[in-house]
Amino acid sequence: MAEYQTYEHDVLVIGAGGAGLRAAIEASAAGVSVGLVCKSLLGKAHTVMAEGGVAAAMANVDDRDNWRVHFSDTMRGGQYVNNWRMAELHAKEAPDRVRELEAWGAVFDRTKDGRILQRNFGGHKYPRLAHVGDRTGLEMIRTLQDHGIHQGIEVYMEVTVIGLLKDGERVTGAFAYEREHGRFRIFKAKAVILATGGIGRAYKITSNSWEGTGDGHALAYDAGAELIDMEFIQFHPTGMVYPPSVRGILVTEGVRGEGGILKNSEGRRFMFDDIPDNYKDQTADSPEEGWRYTQGDKNARRPPELLTRDHVARCIVREVKAGRGTPNGGVYLDIAWIKEKISNAPEHIKKKLPSMYHQFKQLADLDITEQPMEVGPTTHYIMGGIRVDAETQASTVPGLFAAGECAAGINGANRLGGNSLSDLLVFGKRAGEYAVEFAKEQTQGEINQSQIEEIKRRALEAFERTGSENPFHIQHDLQAMMQDLVGIVRNEDEMQRALVGIKELQERRKKISLTGNIDFNPSWHTALDLHNLLTVSEAITRAAIERKESRGGQYREDYSAKNAEFGKVNFTIKKEAGGNMQIERVPIPEMPAELKQIIEEMG
Amino acid sequence: MAKAAFKIWRGSSEGGEFVSYTTEISPGMVVLDAVLQIQGEQAGDLACRWNCKAGKCGSCSAEINGNPKLMCMTRMNTLPTDQPITVEPMKAFPLKKDLVTDVSWNYRVKEKIKKFKPRPPDAPDGTWRMMQEDIDRVQEFRKCIECFLCQDVCHVLRDHHKHEEFIGPRFLVYAAALEMHPLDTENRLRDLKDESNIGLCNITKCCTKVCPEGITITDNAIIPLKERVVGEFYDPITRFLNLFRKK
Repeated sequence: MAEYQTYEHDVLVIGAGGAGLRAAIEASAAGVSVGLVCKSLLGKAHTVMAEGGVAAAMANVDDRDNWRVHFSDTMRGGQYVNNWRMAELHAKEAPDRVRELEAWGAVFDRTKDGRILQRNFGGHKYPRLAHVGDRTGLEMIRTLQDHGIHQGIEVYMEVTVIGLLKDGERVTGAFAYEREHGRFRIFKAKAVILATGGIGRAYKITSNSWEGTGDGHALAYDAGAELIDMEFIQFHPTGMVYPPSVRGILVTEGVRGEGGILKNSEGRRFMFDDIPDNYKDQTADSPEEGWRYTQGDKNARRPPELLTRDHVARCIVREVKAGRGTPNGGVYLDIAWIKEKISNAPEHIKKKLPSMYHQFKQLADLDITEQPMEVGPTTHYIMGGIRVDAETQASTVPGLFAAGECAAGINGANRLGGNSLSDLLVFGKRAGEYAVEFAKEQTQGEINQSQIEEIKRRALEAFERTGSENPFHIQHDLQAMMQDLVGIVRNEDEMQRALVGIKELQERRKKISLTGNIDFNPSWHTALDLHNLLTVSEAITRAAIERKESRGGQYREDYSAKNAEFGKVNFTIKKEAGGNMQIERVPIPEMPAELKQIIEEMG
Repeated sequence: MAKAAFKIWRGSSEGGEFVSYTTEISPGMVVLDAVLQIQGEQAGDLACRWNCKAGKCGSCSAEINGNPKLMCMTRMNTLPTDQPITVEPMKAFPLKKDLVTDVSWNYRVKEKIKKFKPRPPDAPDGTWRMMQEDIDRVQEFRKCIECFLCQDVCHVLRDHHKHEEFIGPRFLVYAAALEMHPLDTENRLRDLKDESNIGLCNITKCCTKVCPEGITITDNAIIPLKERVVGEFYDPITRFLNLFRKK
């Protein structure tokens, strides 16, 4: 029997973005031994890409803000299928989590009286996003990283987990390989936290890096845990569309928060044409009122560009389909126009949106202080994920916890911008805390050699085959198919075709053969990631078929209205004994009276 | 569609060579797109690092036609295509494979720098007050994406291999961000002099030139730090006064 390098920790955290780092910091602060495994180098995880800010009702800019408003905004944005307890905890705890970052060295932009500045964002009633220009994610991940490295956390960089290990029902570790030489590693742990982020690489047009392959979703699913809300995917309304090589790269919502407007090819500000009823009272009547809102006028209501992301993305798709799009199939996002309103507009834009200025200048030869940007929807975030307990972030499998994007519940059918950065702080901390609590009650579990040998066999078989399939091609084909058939606008027929397509791709995956050896071989890594991508793609498609209505991130042209019955349920997905994907409708628990009252009061 | 020729370094710590590839170029393409296209179509085991593809994570550092750059921010139309474009790994670090280098030294260096130590909170609710004009400089330093291109071109590291003695521009910027943080109470000047050997930097500004974030490393970070070190340890009046100070 082969021997593998084995590491032992009380708590193992998989993923070193914001949620993973925050969890690891919390766990290590409790004095237990913590291992942190990440696919890339430390500090490169996708959190680094977050731009606009972190949502927390600190009321530094508008003293009418408080956790109740934030809770109500989050539920409204999520179309009330959220886990209300998570939304409540998140709204209550986010301010402390942000202030804590300041104690660890984060340097947020300031108000005139020296406090943390907060900006407007879609779906947030008051200016709520603490930020650093448009590079808030970098500030957050660096702060967590620089604090975390002094905590005694053992970091394993460029190590990819390919299977969770179980002792009976309990998760007791993980099996992984290191990229440099492809050597396998065993991690034994009393508790494991998944913090692996998203699934964006299942789609062709995405803001996500190569890492967003749904690893945590698939690891949890394969270990018997339940997924929930997988049909809800956020297509961020503003990704770059031109040139082709940058298609999908994110353009922060902060552009609209700072006064940027959306126009079609006829120059019409089309967002004023379609304002959902439940947002009418909160939305500006005129461009003039919208502008005043972005400039901090407390009596003004927000411009329709700052409606929730699901809605804005659909409006853009509608404009393009109606032939009112830009030459490259997007719409215009114009921040340059603010020169009509303020005298030093170019300097102001560069100061407020430095990386957007930089990004367009370098990648598209476009000066955003002079010209409008071309933008269109890009796959950005999955609201669905591992089903967790609101308080503890425990999954449905003992010993397995999840936090951040790979966990689900807080966002319901649509996530508000800025809520992911606060989510990962609030629930990263909680996952760390409760994983420690769990770990302290356990002894190290047994590692089952046959599980390891099976994972290893599957991982290596592509090297022994003489098949004809290239893993990169299968990934491209999956991305194109998911984009076409399970994208922003969905219907039953197309999604059934997608299920067939996923089956075919699973078959093709079995014919992959690889060139080169096992040392740092991206084709091998891609082949392994494909299992995860195909698993989450199937889960997304099956859940989207079951939800026969349109709500938040799920838009069905064959069921284009919201259906109150579906507003009472979530869909969970689990691997049944025979290996098939089993989907179940679960009722949303009754909300306590005090939370109901908040929602009613907030209108 | 136009084609472009590349010579990409392939190899490991035991040696390697440039390998020629040709690939199609579409509008707006960056070098990283071309490298990934070659990887996807012709060389599945071609190792390179990348993540965000938008100049925000600092993973895809390489030397393109000899210039240290991020592959994701180097447009193909900025490079001459009448001859092959060379892509090589960074030179200041040991090679792992192809374009991937062992940058773990950087992580070890950072751990040795004393961490942020804030003064007690300014307000009863545990928060601080800082004015925007007092943090502008620190925010400039905190734009750093840790691509390590500044380390790559620093001749103290690249040519003289003084990794054991010198921390390099990245960590001088990091130290400067801590030292100039309005809330920080730690003193790192002795370490900068004795452990980090800030004196080894002779301000040739190569680091500033390659910084993809446009951080004015030498002028805004290193020189002010050098001045602080000089003020603390070499100023004759301070040294005289220190004679009478308690240790």
